[in-house]
Amino acid sequence: MELIVPILAAAVRSGTPILYATLGEIMTEKSGVLNLGLEGIMLIGAYVGFIVTYNTGSPFWGLVAAFFVGMGVNVVHAFLCISLKANQVICGLAMTMFGTGVSSLLGRGYVGETIAGLQAVALPGLSSFPVVGPVFFSQDVMVYISYLLVFVVWFLMYRTKFGLMMRAVGDSPLSAEAAGISVSAVRYASTLLGGGLVSLGGAYLTVVYSHMWVDLMTAGRGWIAVALVIFAIWNPLRAALGSYLFGGVEALQMRIQAGGTTIPAPLLMMLPYILTIAVLVVISVFKGRGRMLGAPSALGLPFYREERE
Amino acid sequence: MRIKIEKRFYITKWQEVCIILASIVLAFSSGALVFHFLGVDPLEAYKMMIDGSLGDFYGMSETVAKTIPLIMCSLAVALSFTMVVWNIGAEGQFVLGALACTAFVRYLYVDNFVVMLACMGISALLAGGLWGAFAGFLKARWNVNEIITTLMMNYVAILLLQYFVYGSWRDPTSLGFPMTPLFPKSARLHQFFSTRVHSGIFFAVIIALILWIVVRKGVWGYEIRVSGQNPKAADYAGIRSTRNVILVMFLSGAIAGLAGMAEMAGLHRRLQPGFAVGYGYTAIIIAWLARLHPLAIIFVSFLFGALFVGGENLQIAMRLPLSSVQILQGLILFFLLGGEFFRNYRVSFIFRKR
Repeated sequence: MELIVPILAAAVRSGTPILYATLGEIMTEKSGVLNLGLEGIMLIGAYVGFIVTYNTGSPFWGLVAAFFVGMGVNVVHAFLCISLKANQVICGLAMTMFGTGVSSLLGRGYVGETIAGLQAVALPGLSSFPVVGPVFFSQDVMVYISYLLVFVVWFLMYRTKFGLMMRAVGDSPLSAEAAGISVSAVRYASTLLGGGLVSLGGAYLTVVYSHMWVDLMTAGRGWIAVALVIFAIWNPLRAALGSYLFGGVEALQMRIQAGGTTIPAPLLMMLPYILTIAVLVVISVFKGRGRMLGAPSALGLPFYREERE
Repeated sequence: MRIKIEKRFYITKWQEVCIILASIVLAFSSGALVFHFLGVDPLEAYKMMIDGSLGDFYGMSETVAKTIPLIMCSLAVALSFTMVVWNIGAEGQFVLGALACTAFVRYLYVDNFVVMLACMGISALLAGGLWGAFAGFLKARWNVNEIITTLMMNYVAILLLQYFVYGSWRDPTSLGFPMTPLFPKSARLHQFFSTRVHSGIFFAVIIALILWIVVRKGVWGYEIRVSGQNPKAADYAGIRSTRNVILVMFLSGAIAGLAGMAEMAGLHRRLQPGFAVGYGYTAIIIAWLARLHPLAIIFVSFLFGALFVGGENLQIAMRLPLSSVQILQGLILFFLLGGEFFRNYRVSFIFRKR
């Protein structure tokens, strides 16, 4: 137990940035907009979170700034994909290139600097439970917020009017339009909110996880989040499961590396990427060739208002 | 005033060219804003980029040297995009091709340059092709999202490269630098007039011509275009999409793999970790900008080759990192995508009241 508990606690911590990004992408995709720019937006979020915390000394403002900058950057994606009906796959890739470039250009002077960042706070009472306490309730505030967020996103999507509009717009924009919903407005709102969460996931990496800026530090987490959305079949609760699974692999891999092993580091570092492919294959085999349960039918398709019949 | 938006039913070549040019001008203008924000004079920066890449014989030759892998990777990407199969993995397939031909030099060296280069080329084609076909198979068989699988395989390929160059393939005389020994003479492609332009350029041009004929004129090319644009119609017409997805991904990966071999045998002549600088990703922009047309790709690749060399010049002269090139690439793509709207729609401003 002494061996496993720290790994599980690390799994939750490593899984949290992926969880934020996955939840954000679920919201965006539920409205029918595919955003493949996660990797770039996370990097921008990581940079902004770091730089604001570095200059203000306050992790709180770092995270807030990352959220709003993430929303701001996603305005570009929303405008191109929703208003100008651009190809969403290519637009996401452009966002990844842009975000990677901007963060590495602006961050180059700060490599090696550290910030105080956010510290862990054990929740009184809950943290004294065996195993569950140290794994889930001796973490930092952002982890606790992510627990709440899983339910908030679920509640928003399935128990509110806005969530109903979001799903309607993602599944059948024509019917939504006929019911008097503004497809563009709902898609804009979902894309921006989602982008904010993705950026927050990136900021978690600098402000909470590593306390410093490293070039390209997301290392594919954005793409893993895109894959997890499919794994989660667009369900926030399953997103948490998937994120912790990936956090677990990362934690395990670091533990093996730290423990001194003969397995070369590059081979160990392949694990999350291979696992991503494996997870996708498994989920696709189970779901068969038909439409995946929970997948928004209008995902990735622009809505041509003037072409309705 | 009101804005009227209506769908275009036709577009002249001239209008299309204007839209693309306007997109590029706007992209570089916003790039200028970024430079200005960084405290760099944008005009000077752009002048330095053009001077360094197209200004003299040396710069021009460097641009052509970079154009070679760009053409091949872009052709690879464009082939899959023609079928609306999103192969984002050209970068990984490029690396795999380089790995395979290096392995051939290392383990099965023959001192005859015809045999050697042929073997290196074939091994690179196969390695890149199988790396791509794996994602194609997953997509064809279980409808696994190929964007994610090809991208994940890029990360795996780069790590595989690191595994070898930091591990058993490292040159014992390299003073600890992660690189293999230089390739022997008969495993090298010829370089012209003491520049770094190598005979891989013939591969690039020949493949472009073949693809132009096969994809634009042939039956198979027609099939994959139909499968891409209207899968249902393709099914009714009896086109075997499943087989074609795997085949397209194999060929796409094979072309990118061959680019990796040409880069090894022609330019670097040894395997080292920094040789994959993102040609596979730039290829996506090139393919898109060239509207997937194999011959247009040659021209557009040259422009992006110049962008890369110009970026390197910027790096040396103004100490700006190569990531500024990435920003410019992202911006170009954003504006191209925006420009697409004006290609499909006519936007007119009406000032008079009705």
